[in-house]
Amino acid sequence: MPVQVNLPTVLRAHVGGVKTVTAEGSTVGEVLRFLVDRYPGLSGQVIDPNGSLHKFVNVYVNDDDVRYLSVLDTPVKDADDISILPAVAGGSTGAGEHHRR
Amino acid sequence: MTVYGSVLGLIGNTPLVEISELSPNPAVRLLVKLEGHNPGGSVKDRIALAMIEEAEKEGRVEPGQTLIEPSSGNTGIGLALVSRVRGYRLKVVLATNVSIERRQLLELRGAEIIESPGAEGSNGAVRRARALAAEHPDWAFLYQYANQANPNAHYNGTGPEIWRDCPTVTHFVAGLGTSGTLLGVGHYLKDQNPEVKVLAVEPPAGEIVDGLRNLDDGYIPPIFVENGGADLLDGKRIVRPRESIEWTRRLADVGIFAGISTGAALAGAIRTAASIESGTIVVVSADGGWKYLSTGAWTDDLDVVVERAKQITYF
Repeated sequence: MPVQVNLPTVLRAHVGGVKTVTAEGSTVGEVLRFLVDRYPGLSGQVIDPNGSLHKFVNVYVNDDDVRYLSVLDTPVKDADDISILPAVAGGSTGAGEHHRR
Repeated sequence: MTVYGSVLGLIGNTPLVEISELSPNPAVRLLVKLEGHNPGGSVKDRIALAMIEEAEKEGRVEPGQTLIEPSSGNTGIGLALVSRVRGYRLKVVLATNVSIERRQLLELRGAEIIESPGAEGSNGAVRRARALAAEHPDWAFLYQYANQANPNAHYNGTGPEIWRDCPTVTHFVAGLGTSGTLLGVGHYLKDQNPEVKVLAVEPPAGEIVDGLRNLDDGYIPPIFVENGGADLLDGKRIVRPRESIEWTRRLADVGIFAGISTGAALAGAIRTAASIESGTIVVVSADGGWKYLSTGAWTDDLDVVVERAKQITYF
């Protein structure tokens, strides 16, 4: 089923410069693998060579960090909002929004 | 009443206040720990004192020396307070987009501000401070993101205070910055009762991540890794400025004047309260509202305040 995936600036070059792409999958892992298949430039960027989520990448489903859900096995439903973000130090600004409802 | 030997004696032992009237679930108690009652006005007074005392104990610093620290505000303010009283010179590397009150609170305690570009946020300030510390080996770089005295201050102070005041706590919610509060309190509470859930709330990363050139510019605080943060936390969630300000206002409705990050933490707690059957949730209020008055958070049109909040650091 289709879901919207919001990408950070640093990854947009690999998807033709857009902020949001549509992907399919019933888990976070399936969605990420779908993206890597479609946009080979993302290979190694979100999933590391061991098949785990990249250390410096956080993935959120409806604003919940999937590392504390079921990581790549976290289920994804139709119309869920998925955001991929690089890890940054805390104390960041509230500036900008990577997705708007 | 006690007579305190210095203002530093006022750090810690902050009040825990019931705000269950804001709970969406009548079987869930909500309590907020008011860290704004510390003398420097925030939870960061605890780690400022702990980091300096630990460095003194290790012989790494002595009064008269220059300290440098990257800080979005509260740690700098806490360090400025402790530095003033203990006789240190302090330089704070600060992103340019912090509120004017934060700058003034640093300056009035004698701290020197070194600016780093606002768009680079905390990551940029950290990089700048690290470079300056490398250029000046005589300066002490306490570095809250990698200093074990940071989580220890919460393991030895904040955590035991919460357990003493509320041993029935089932959930602990706090903002994720350096991760020190969550690590220290989280480990302490789980050591007392492994069933306690520890939940982190964070602001949207925003434009800072736009400044990253590649993913390896990403940053995970060393203390988070060294203290098993990923295994400790039971959940982590982004709370956006609108929801943060809405809950900051709801707190004012029950008489609590807290900073915007408290609204974010409370928003996380409210969501948890709605999703569990029963329990007692303790939320950390990192600071009071004083430093955010210029944002109009309580008085201006919500849409306008949300836009303003996106331009400043409130976490």
